[in-house]
Amino acid sequence: MDVTFNFDWAAAIDSIPHLLPGIPWTLLISFGGLAFGFVIGIFFGLLRISPLRWLRWPAIAYIEIFRGTPILVQVLFIFYGLPQLLGGPIDALTAGIAAIAVNSGAYISEIVRGGVQSIERGQSEAALSLGLSRSQSFRYVIWPQALRRMIPPLGNQAIISIKDTSLFSVIGVGELVRQGQIYIATTFTAMEVYFMVALLYLAITWTLSILLSLLERKGLAGE
Amino acid sequence: MNATTQPIVSMQKLNKHFGSLHVLKDIDLTIIPGEVVVVIGASGSGKSTLIRCINGLEEFQQGTLEVDSKTLQPHGKSGRALQHIRTEVGMVFQQFNLFPHLSVRDNITLAPMKVRHLSREKAKQSANHLLERVGIEDQADKYPSQLSGGQQQRVALARALAMEPRLMLFDEPTSALDPEMIGEVLDAMRELAKDGMTMVIVTHEMGFAREVADRVIYIHQGEITEQGPPETLFDTPQHERTQAFLSRVLKH
Repeated sequence: MDVTFNFDWAAAIDSIPHLLPGIPWTLLISFGGLAFGFVIGIFFGLLRISPLRWLRWPAIAYIEIFRGTPILVQVLFIFYGLPQLLGGPIDALTAGIAAIAVNSGAYISEIVRGGVQSIERGQSEAALSLGLSRSQSFRYVIWPQALRRMIPPLGNQAIISIKDTSLFSVIGVGELVRQGQIYIATTFTAMEVYFMVALLYLAITWTLSILLSLLERKGLAGE
Repeated sequence: MNATTQPIVSMQKLNKHFGSLHVLKDIDLTIIPGEVVVVIGASGSGKSTLIRCINGLEEFQQGTLEVDSKTLQPHGKSGRALQHIRTEVGMVFQQFNLFPHLSVRDNITLAPMKVRHLSREKAKQSANHLLERVGIEDQADKYPSQLSGGQQQRVALARALAMEPRLMLFDEPTSALDPEMIGEVLDAMRELAKDGMTMVIVTHEMGFAREVADRVIYIHQGEITEQGPPETLFDTPQHERTQAFLSRVLKH
């Protein structure tokens, strides 16, 4: 059977005003979650490289659990499961931010660990030999260099997390995919609308890529 | 040795193991202020490890070690004493180990500001003065990667001197340099020796050792085989291992 597709550009363009309200939600969940994820990542990433086993162990457990389970399951657990435990509902936005936070936090922990461990031993030896304490060496010598090396993988993680928020349509957050679904329910123009949804994701991630490459170039100027 | 002079380094029966490897064996070493000691030996003989014990970058397992009247404990359990020693003892490394994210000037001012609590202005002044002293006053705003190896090593020297150390350790300071840059670094060290700095230098530059050293120590497989004034050690070495080593290195 011969099937011909008629891509209706007018329908695609008409959908844009109905999709745009999803963008602030997508950005809020992504960057809100990533901000917490960064803090979590620094915390567990540093615990992960502690010489003390009883500090390392919880970090390893955290990383393995949240890296080893699907983010969809994590958000469903937070949104539907946790309220049973807490005895009160969690709104979808909070659940989405929390899911991105704990999920990206696990990956960022490993990025932090990798970044810190990539700094040559000679750097901390030089800092210590000058009389700086361990924490001063870390703060003024190791961390600033590690942070620069972490920019590319952090950017990568940000892009992954932005795309992950599309899964949160299942808990009813009004992000991009959800807005598309709502619109399609009245127009039945699935191909055109999802095409535009994809384009809007691309616009966000591509903008971020460009910003990151600028930041990277600036960060490397000193090396 | 003058009996009233308090030694700055005093090591007795120091032993260090890396796993099953016995790297330093019963090392006795006393260094008095103003002395320039050059440590020579084949690679893997333990000479770098020896000077890295002095500022606690390496732990040792047995023996006693006093630096600037502070006692370093075996197994790296020294705490405050170690902090004090590192503040008073400077080190120059084979690979320079400059901080790549900081300008030349910030490399030099970091420790004086954070450890000695100097004001930025004071630290900057002293950095400029030190850069002048090592002959690179015009490079202060550059980053380490923009400098040649010889210039980087002179910055590293200035960085260590900014803490006004009482003792300077040099761990093969010219081994990573292109031949044409070795001279400028040795010149800066020569000046420092002339100014009366106490120095312990691990090097393969035998001509330099002969010229600046008050004492040369030959280490073989973790033991001090022989030591003495450079003319004695280089011209009339007593031990046959020293003779063999010197005939190997002086041939080139």
